[in-house]
Order: sequence, then C-alpha cells, then structure tokens
Amino acid sequence: MAVPTLRCGFSGSRWTFALVDRGCRHRTVATFNWIRGQSSVAQQPLHTAQKPRKGAQEWAAVVGLEIHAQISSNSKLFSGAEVRFAAPPNSLVSFFDASLPGTLPVLNRRCVEAAVMTGLALNCHINQKSLFDRKHYFYADLPAGYQITQQRLPIAVNGNLAYSICVGKQQREITKTVRVKQIQLEQDSGKSLHDDLRSQTLVDLNRAEGQLRVDANVSVHHPGEPLGVRTEVKNLNSIRFLAKAIDYEIQRQISELENGGEILNETRSFDYKLGCTVPMRDKEGKQDYRFMPEPNLPPLLLYDSTSLPAGADPQQVIDIDRIRETLPELPSETRARLVQQYGMLPEHSFTLLNEVGLLEFFQNVIKETRAEPKKVVSWVLNTFLGYLKQQNLAVSESPVPPSALAELLDLLHTRAISSAAAKQVFEELWKSPGKPPAQIVSEKQLGLLQDREALEELCRATLDGHPQVVRDVKGGNPRAINKLIGLVRKATQGRAEPALIKQILEKQLSSPAP
Amino acid sequence: MLGRTLREVSVALKRGQVTPTELCQKCLALIQKTKFLNAYITVSEEAALKQAEASEKRYKKGQSLGDLDGIPVAVKDNFSTTGIETTCASNMLKGYVPPYNATVVQKLLDQGALLMGKTNLDEFAMGSGSTDGVFGPVKNPWSYSKQYREKRKQKPRDENDSDWLITGGSSGGSAAAVSAFTCFAALGSDTGGSTRNPAAHCGLIGFKPSYGLVSRHGLIPLVNSMDVPGILTRCVDDTAIVLGVLAGHDPKDSTTVQGPVNSFLLPSLTDVSKLCIGIPKEYLVPELSPEVRSLWSKAADLFDSEGAKVKEVSLPHTCYSIVCYHVLCTSEVASNMARFDGLEYGHRCDIDISTEAMYATTRREGFNDVVRGRILSGNFFLLKENYEDYFIKAQKVRRLIANDFVNVFNSGVDVLLTPTTLREAVPYLEFIQEDNRTRSAQDDIFTQAVNMAGLPAVNIPVALSRQGLPIGLQFIGPAFCDQQLLTVAKWFEQQVQFPVIQLEELMDDCSSVLANEKLASVSLKQQ
Repeated sequence: MAVPTLRCGFSGSRWTFALVDRGCRHRTVATFNWIRGQSSVAQQPLHTAQKPRKGAQEWAAVVGLEIHAQISSNSKLFSGAEVRFAAPPNSLVSFFDASLPGTLPVLNRRCVEAAVMTGLALNCHINQKSLFDRKHYFYADLPAGYQITQQRLPIAVNGNLAYSICVGKQQREITKTVRVKQIQLEQDSGKSLHDDLRSQTLVDLNRAEGQLRVDANVSVHHPGEPLGVRTEVKNLNSIRFLAKAIDYEIQRQISELENGGEILNETRSFDYKLGCTVPMRDKEGKQDYRFMPEPNLPPLLLYDSTSLPAGADPQQVIDIDRIRETLPELPSETRARLVQQYGMLPEHSFTLLNEVGLLEFFQNVIKETRAEPKKVVSWVLNTFLGYLKQQNLAVSESPVPPSALAELLDLLHTRAISSAAAKQVFEELWKSPGKPPAQIVSEKQLGLLQDREALEELCRATLDGHPQVVRDVKGGNPRAINKLIGLVRKATQGRAEPALIKQILEKQLSSPAP
Repeated sequence: MLGRTLREVSVALKRGQVTPTELCQKCLALIQKTKFLNAYITVSEEAALKQAEASEKRYKKGQSLGDLDGIPVAVKDNFSTTGIETTCASNMLKGYVPPYNATVVQKLLDQGALLMGKTNLDEFAMGSGSTDGVFGPVKNPWSYSKQYREKRKQKPRDENDSDWLITGGSSGGSAAAVSAFTCFAALGSDTGGSTRNPAAHCGLIGFKPSYGLVSRHGLIPLVNSMDVPGILTRCVDDTAIVLGVLAGHDPKDSTTVQGPVNSFLLPSLTDVSKLCIGIPKEYLVPELSPEVRSLWSKAADLFDSEGAKVKEVSLPHTCYSIVCYHVLCTSEVASNMARFDGLEYGHRCDIDISTEAMYATTRREGFNDVVRGRILSGNFFLLKENYEDYFIKAQKVRRLIANDFVNVFNSGVDVLLTPTTLREAVPYLEFIQEDNRTRSAQDDIFTQAVNMAGLPAVNIPVALSRQGLPIGLQFIGPAFCDQQLLTVAKWFEQQVQFPVIQLEELMDDCSSVLANEKLASVSLKQQ
C-alpha cells in the first residue's frame, strides 16, 4: 500500500503546471454583425457594442482556456535533471526523463510550493490531499507512453481572478471575474522537431522550451438555450494568436450553424499564416487517455497551521499558511495601494502593472524625487512610456535610469527649468545616456530665465511689436493676453514661466507707455 | 562449503577457512555444471571474480564490510544492473544494458556481495512457472534430486530428460540458483506470489517484505502498487541478514517509508504460548491437494501443541481476490508496458513507414502472447466507458481485501498460517497443458491477496511429498511486522527440519563441494 508521505526536495524539476480555466468567458455577438475584437482576449468587452439587427438572433460564445505555464524551478518536476533555457537538445535528461525501465518519479518540493502559491494568488481552494494520474497516449516525444498529471484531485480548485478593462470612448473601467476551475501539476512532454524533407522526427527530452501554451475550448449558442458543441483549439503560444484563434473560431462556428451545418466535437489547430483554425489529424485529436492513478507517487499531503502534526520536520512537510505569508503583494492590492497612496487614476495603476518593470521604475523615481506623485505618474506614463513604445523597448532596456528622471523632475519641481525645457532635457537624456540632467540644462542653457529685468525687456519689446494684440486686450478681450504670453515664451525658448510672464505683461499693459 | 547457509559461509570467510575467490570459483563451476537448469540468463563471471578479488583484499586487511562480504548472490533479470544486460526474459529488452543499478542491487554490492549473474523468469515476470520467457523454461533442481528420483525409481538424469519439473515462478531462475547451491541468496520479485511460489516448489525460504519497506527503484515493474523485491535463501536467518541490508527508505522510491529501520536479527523463540495463529477458513479450497492440506493441519497442530493459540479466522472477500487482482494487474501492465516503443532502448523492428507502424510491429515482435494479452485486457479495463465498472470496482474490492487482513490482525491474531501453493511442483509437460492465465489464477490463489494488502509473507518449506518433492506453507504478518513474522517462521523452520536437497549423484564431481550435507529427519511425516 502506498504510504502517504511527501517526498520533496531531492531533485528538482523542469516541469509544467496547467491552469485550467473553463467556461469562464462569455461573449455575446450579434448575428452577421460580429466585429473582430481588440488584439487581446483578456481585454475584449463582454458584449459587443453592436445591437443585433432586427429579427436576427443573438449568439453567445463560451470560451474556456487550459493554460500550460512552466514553473520556474532549478530542476524538473519528477527528476533531478536541471532546467535551463536553450540548453543543447537532450543534454539535461535523467534516466527517469528518458523513461528507462525501473525508474520512478520523485516530486520536486519547489514545484509544489509554486503551485500552492499560484493557487493562493488565484483565490483557489488548496486541496490538502491531491493525487497524481497517468494520462496515456503514444507519441514519440512522450517516452513513457503516459504523462503524469493531476486529473481527478488536483492541488488547487475553484479560484477566481478579477480584472478590469476599459470600454467606450470614455474608457469606462469595468471589473470582470474569470473563474479558475483547477490548477494541476503536470509533467511536460518532450519536444518533437519534424524534418519534413527527410521525413524524420527528432526528439528533445530536455523539455525546457515554450513557457506558455494555451488550449482554447470554444462553443456558441443562443442565449437561453443549451450550450453548443465545443471545439478545442490546441497549442496556442502567444496571447495574440490566442485572441485571433478564438475570434476566428467563434465566427466560424456561427457561420457554420447559420448555414445549416453542425459543429463537431473535435480538436483543431491554429494556422498562424492563414489566421484560421483547421481540424487536426485524427491521431492527434480526440482519444481515450485511459487515465489511471499514478501508483509510484503517494497522495500529496499539504498542511496548514491547524492540521500540521506536532513536531513535524519542516523539510518533510509543506505548510500552506507559511507559503501564504511569503506571498508577494498581489497586483490588485498593488493597484489599490497606488491609487490610495499617490492619488493616481485606476487606469494609470493598470498601466504601471501591465508593463514589466514599469512599477519598479516608477517607485524608484518616486523614492528619489521631491516632485509630486501626480507629476511623476504623468512623466512615467506619458513621456517615458511614450519613448519606450516608440522605439519598441522594454523598461529594462531604457537608456534613462530612474535616478536621471528623478533628478530631472527635481529641477522641474524647484522651478529651475520650465516644463517645456524639461521635455528637451529628457530628449537629451535619451540620446546621450549617462549625462546628468543638470549638465544638459547648463550646456543647452535651458535654465529658467531668472533675470526679471531681461524678461521685462523682452515683454516690452513684444508689446511694442504687436500693437494690434495690445489693442485687443485693452479693448476688452482679456484672453488675447495668452497670445502675448505665447510670443514671449517663444522668444525665451520656453525658459520662462508663463505665470511670471503674465504677471509682467499685465503690469506693463496697465501702466502708460513710457 | 556450498551447501552451507549464508550465515555459516560468512563465518567461514571471516575465519579464513575459505576465500571469496575460492567460493566464487566453486559457484561459477557449479553454475556451469547446472547450466541445463537454465537458471541464469547471464552469468557475470568476470565481474564476480573482480568483486571476489576486492573482497579478498578486504578480508586480508581485516576490513570486511559485513556478513555479505564475499558472498555469491544472484539477481532476477528484471532488476537493473549497471553494465550487465537486463532482459526481463523478453525480446523487447534483449541487448538492453542499463546505465544504473537498482537500489537493492547497489545495496548488495555496497556490502561486498558477489553478483554471479542474472536469473531466468517468465517474460516481464508474468507467469507462475518460469516457463514463459524467451530464454526457455527453468528446470527445478528437485527433478534431479536423490529424494525424487528414488521415489520414481529413476536415474539422476535420464537420457531423454523429459519429465523434469517446473520451478514455479516467476522468480524460478533465482529459486533454482539457490536450490542448486550456485549462490547463497538471490533476489526475486513478488507481485502476486512470484517469490513465494517458486520457493515452495524448490524447498526454499521465499520472503515478500511489506510494501514500502524495500526500494523498487530499478526493479522493472509489473504492477507498481504490488511489486516488492523478494528474497530467496536456504534458511530464515539468511533472509533476515539480506533483509537487514535491503530495507529502508530510498529517496528514489517515494513509496518507501521514512524513518529508521530496525535490525532484522531474529531472536530464537523458545516459547510460542503467547502467539495467536490464524487459520483462514477461505483458504481451504477443494483444489487443495490432500498432502498440502494434511501438512497445513499438522503445522497448526504443532503450534497448538506447543501452547500457541490457534484459531480459525475469516477473510470473507478472498473469493473475489483473483478476479480483482487480474483487473488491477493487467491495467497497470498496460500502462507500464507503454514505454516499450522501440524508440529509446530495446528492440526496434525494421518497419519505418510510419511511427505508428513502427510501434505496432516493434511491440508485436518484442512481447510474447502473455504480455500482449495482458496489455490488451488492461487497456480494455482502463477505457473511459469501462473504468468505473472494472478498475474502480477492483480498487474497492482491493480495499475490502486489505481490510479483511486488518480486521483479523486487530482481533488478536499475530500471524496467519496458510498453504503457499495448491500442490507440489508439476512436470513441465503437464504444466503447459493449461494456458498461462489459467495457471496463474490457480497458482497465485494463496499468495496474491497479500500483495494487494501490502503485507509481509514468507514461504517456509515444511516437508517432502510422497513423491519426494518440497511442500511449503506460508506465514502472513501485519504490515511492517516483518521481523516478528520471520521470528515465528524461524521457530517453525527449526521444528520441521526440512531436508536438504540431495544432488550429489547429479553433480558427481561436486560431491566434495557438498560434503557436509546431511539429510535431516523429517518431523512432519506423511501419513
């Protein structure tokens, strides 16, 4: 009989875990009127803006995702073989990975902890007892003839993830919830490299490549009627293709049904070049996986502070509560904190978190500058992110470090430079990394015009040069003064403060000409 | 010297009465001489002699590694051995040389044991006769014993040699190897009785440890949830010595139990009056031979007469056991055999028109009918539409069977006493009249329930039948009470004084080797 002890930490794993998320997205589309959504599935609106044409029946689509994400660990899920990206093929293969007869799986503790942490982050119920199963199919890159997974009793179930999207011209933010059915630990298969020319297949058992793979289950039905027959689009490896495949599949099913056809419960693949889904060959498609319990792995037992046996060796048990304590701040909490702490708009908090490294950049700037948080937000999200986007760079690739931006914002804050000048300094920072902002200011003479006399002279000259505008102001159109302010600013190359210019101009206009 | 027990020869080695190399050479000579038994698939002569040399050096320096240092052992050919072909008696693994040692093999080698070779079996251990391997059947050494031949008024080895007996199985090669004195202990594997059954037919101790006590890492699986490495020796103390080396947690086998393992040295019981022996009434089946039945009852009487409490007990789900075993066994077989696809190792056919065609032909050529039949049944039971009706039900029945044992042991029973087999070994020609499945179902009848419950069990040879062949009885203990079980078995062994096999005539010039054998009296005489 299998003895229920947890075997951990002896070897690590490169492994995969699947986040299964079924029946979670509903989309309603109007007959004949479906319009391709935005590029990302997760950001698409629940309902399309189009109203159904009179007499046409509405369609609803149901989408479920099975997400395979690689957990970052030093070694594989069930063997001590290392995990390393882009290692030479078959260089990180243990006897177990090659399925040599007599080898047995040994569960990697790090992977279990990561799965528990993921489950907690996604508000799942963590099963204190979970089981492993074998899923059978013959394929060249599956040397054991089965894959070890958690089909019956997975490590975490019934979670949810709230997310917000902005809709309409006003970019109104609405919050949505996606339900997570289960999280399971699953052994990755190998990788087949097909050489069609020589009709050969090469197999790499390192199993450390694609880090994210999604299968999408899609069906359509009329609201109020039973769900339609679903198809499964397999092996989507980018968010963009996932969205395209789902959009295509919904369209295809609707037109198929409206033309009197029927939807087959089948497995399809997405043709990246043609942008459409096509049925997979039979043998890769639907089959009986003949699931059975994995007899070589005892039930995986987890504990919490109430169930932890007294005197248990911390190396031998996994305590859910301890993992909960090590959970980092979750994105929703971070966003709420940003809004509360810095008074930023919710959509700004989303942008800060959605761009890898941007939040850290922002926080580093905040730490080093005396500028108002709102100012920092504006600069990071508009100027800084704008430059990045324009050049298609990641935050980590930015030529401008947070400290430089912080210094620049300090110059702005102390009124050493004007906003317009700050933009010029930033452009210079981007072009010549490493140069301190203050140096740029002095080299380019971008410092704010502090000499009041000189400024007064400039104002006077401007008034003299534009008698018509002066007449307008005096004739009862106070807004005409803005034109004069603009002219003075231009003359100072943006180095003078508009408020000061206005003050001087107003004074000069109200006193009689010399 | 070869006729001695492991413990005796270990003492002789320590005293310098014999050297490891002498011992190794004598065993190798005997292996050569008894080649016709077909006990070994591979004889690892060179490696064994090297190991003997190393052992000899240790003894000379007074740095012996322990009781097993310099002791010749054999290992069933379904345990992985570094650099030594491991075939499972199948075409599928012919030529497969593993790059690693099974944990149990490594432990034996670490103690200085000499690995004489890999022993024969039924293909992938699927069988109860050791007749269904690709290297041919194993012959029972008792076929050539003085005791058996005298009863049949036959010469030690006839010209035509056609009426030899099977060893039982599937660890028949290991049993024959120990029985014919070619080694002092051998590893078998036991999934449904594969160690105890041939031990019964070959007059040996055949021990199946508790599931989880001994590592399965490197044992090429038949049924992972029931497989255990088994031990075959000529006396109970020898089994305890080997068990002491093998037992314990293995990080490479997650089903082995944590925690320290106690010594398995066995006290000599003088008083059995505090023992309670259970006699399961369901094991009294009509097919049981009268001789076995009579010996079983005498054994019970022996305990009774020595003051032990002997009581009839019930294991009510016994009758469902074989069917349940069949479903679970074939299902796991179907799964475990899936890895043999000709891609990574082992046999690969010449067909290359498609991957599927290559798989199909490789597997047809690589597996015998028995293996293919079990794969087919198992896949049938695992189909989505059948899973609930077969696999799930069988698992439930398995739990009931395990609970039967728990209930009996909770009622105060210390060990159960049962037959090991229905009858003594039968001639090969008779055995093959029935197919493998029918035979296995009959032969595993008393043994496989123990595997489903994960309990320790041991065959103890009791007496010779009227034909002069060994008959054994089985003791079953509660899980992880292996030492207690062996202690009772040792007491019983001392009472029955089972006779030593007499092979002198067969091995004429080896008679000096077996010089110190003597025929012990049989205390449990047949009526």
